[in-house]
Amino acid sequence: MHPAIAVRELTKTYAEGASGVPALRGLDLDVHPGELVMLVGPSGSGKTTLLSIMGCILSPSTGSVQISGKEVSQLKQKELAPIRLSHIGFVFQGFNLFPTLTAGENVELMLDLKGVRGDAAKTRAGQLLEQVGIGEKYNSFPADLSGGQKQRVAIARALAGEPDIILADEPTAALDSHTGRKVIEMMRELAHRNGRAVVIVTHDSRLLEFADRMVRIEDGLIAQPVVEVFAEMLLRQDPGVAATTA
Amino acid sequence: MPPLARRNLFHDKVRLIVTVTGIVFAVVLIVVELGLFVGFTETTSSLIDHSGADLWVTSRHVPYVELGVPFSERKLYQVRAVPGVQEAQKIISRWSQWKRADGRQESVQIIGIDADSTLAQPWSLVQGTEQDLKRPDAVIMDEIYKQKLGVSQVGELFEIGGHRARIVGFTHGIRSFTTSPYVFTTFKNAQVFTNVPDDQAIFILVKLAPGANVEQVRQGILGNVKDVEVFTSREFSHMTQFYWMFTTGAGVAVLLAAVLGLVVGFVVVAQTIYATTVDHLKEFGTLKAMGAPNSYVYKVIITQAAISAVMGYVLGMIVSAFVVRASQSGGAAILMPWPMAVGMFFLTLLMCVSAALVSINKVTRLDPAMVFKG
Repeated sequence: MHPAIAVRELTKTYAEGASGVPALRGLDLDVHPGELVMLVGPSGSGKTTLLSIMGCILSPSTGSVQISGKEVSQLKQKELAPIRLSHIGFVFQGFNLFPTLTAGENVELMLDLKGVRGDAAKTRAGQLLEQVGIGEKYNSFPADLSGGQKQRVAIARALAGEPDIILADEPTAALDSHTGRKVIEMMRELAHRNGRAVVIVTHDSRLLEFADRMVRIEDGLIAQPVVEVFAEMLLRQDPGVAATTA
Repeated sequence: MPPLARRNLFHDKVRLIVTVTGIVFAVVLIVVELGLFVGFTETTSSLIDHSGADLWVTSRHVPYVELGVPFSERKLYQVRAVPGVQEAQKIISRWSQWKRADGRQESVQIIGIDADSTLAQPWSLVQGTEQDLKRPDAVIMDEIYKQKLGVSQVGELFEIGGHRARIVGFTHGIRSFTTSPYVFTTFKNAQVFTNVPDDQAIFILVKLAPGANVEQVRQGILGNVKDVEVFTSREFSHMTQFYWMFTTGAGVAVLLAAVLGLVVGFVVVAQTIYATTVDHLKEFGTLKAMGAPNSYVYKVIITQAAISAVMGYVLGMIVSAFVVRASQSGGAAILMPWPMAVGMFFLTLLMCVSAALVSINKVTRLDPAMVFKG
């Protein structure tokens, strides 16, 4: 089975001045269906650039990107839009809801893009809002929702596209810790129960426990996986514990 | 599609009011200027268009109806002798001076006709009849010019070209494009009022016999009558319209004002729709990130423009209808024939949608990666 996302020798250099600024410098990563991967690393390390490229929003400078087995690194923006629509759901730090549409209509918008319209769209949007626990907020405008409720609407909207992959950029940054945990739990369920590949960029170390795998990015490269670092630390202290952990 | 365009548009009510006001202003300006153009154009040739004649026989090189040159009355009989001519009548169309009771003088356009003919009769009579013109010194004028000529009722006496004239009737809505109102009278009176010699006429109007071929009759007249030109009413009407509207520059000025209205409307709508688009740029970026094709985003922007256009058109036409109605009692009629009203709808739509292209250009270049920039 193909990985949901496979990137190889990925580089991205932003044009700035004569030399350019390298954001990613030869990076390999696979994300599998049913897996929740968290991308961690300091600001400016290239996490969001990687997420944008995996999300087919940004094109890499060099390297390969495969989405559900399809090579997309050479596609033009016009060709990338249908890939995003078919395979990828986004959850943003700032929710990015449409403020003039109700929660239900925000979800219907995604369904409309997928060709689901009319009563079928309303019914499906209602089901999705129920699924994320805010079915009663169908007719509420984003301004009348709490941060957690807004993020749930955003998740429902992402799910409306029935994506194989969900990419989330700091989805809990605007939420309190309790609500943030609830949102991440929900996203983990989406990975484990529905077999979706979920990639989350986060700075919040308290959420790492929910990850199936953590990928640390530093200076545009994947640093040693955090779990391995953790194992090494244990190994130095007590080889027996390290063996149990492995 | 969820009502994103409508909601975005109605979300900022102040901006919506500015947009619609701009469109209303543009619509009214364009309707008034185009209406004036149509009104002026029809006015310049109204005498010809209402003459009932098929052909107009003129002296050579007569560019428009107000500038007829006298020719011998004998030509009338030569014209009548041409096969295919059912009726031919001589008329006079010439300027003269109207002297008001208070001594002020006004220029008038005397139209001398045969009251028993069917050709070139005064139309839209609201008081008096054509037969009243047979009374001594009788004239009929339009009630729009009552104040200008110092007239209040039938029976009043004035002087035209130093000769007595008596009001016997009024028409309604027969305007002159120039500052000289039309004054209908008999051919004989007209000769007196305008100092046209007894044996002279200015034009000969021809009505064809049923089934007669216009071109054959025209050639027949040209072959039978020397030193004249023969025009169909349509040709002479267009010549007169062209002279007044374009040779004098009057029409061009009015058309330019209409174009100005279009430009003003375009700029106002483009500016406000652009501002609305910029306000919602993050949303359009999100739409693109979600996988919406550019055409989907264009649809949202064009729908906003179209809704604005419809609102602006409806309100603009309501205001225009009042302006058009108010103009009917004045010297310059603003006309709004239905094809113009329908055309205005499409022009308004075109103006608003093309104004939206500025915004579309902005969104086309929008990088969906902006959604990750905080």
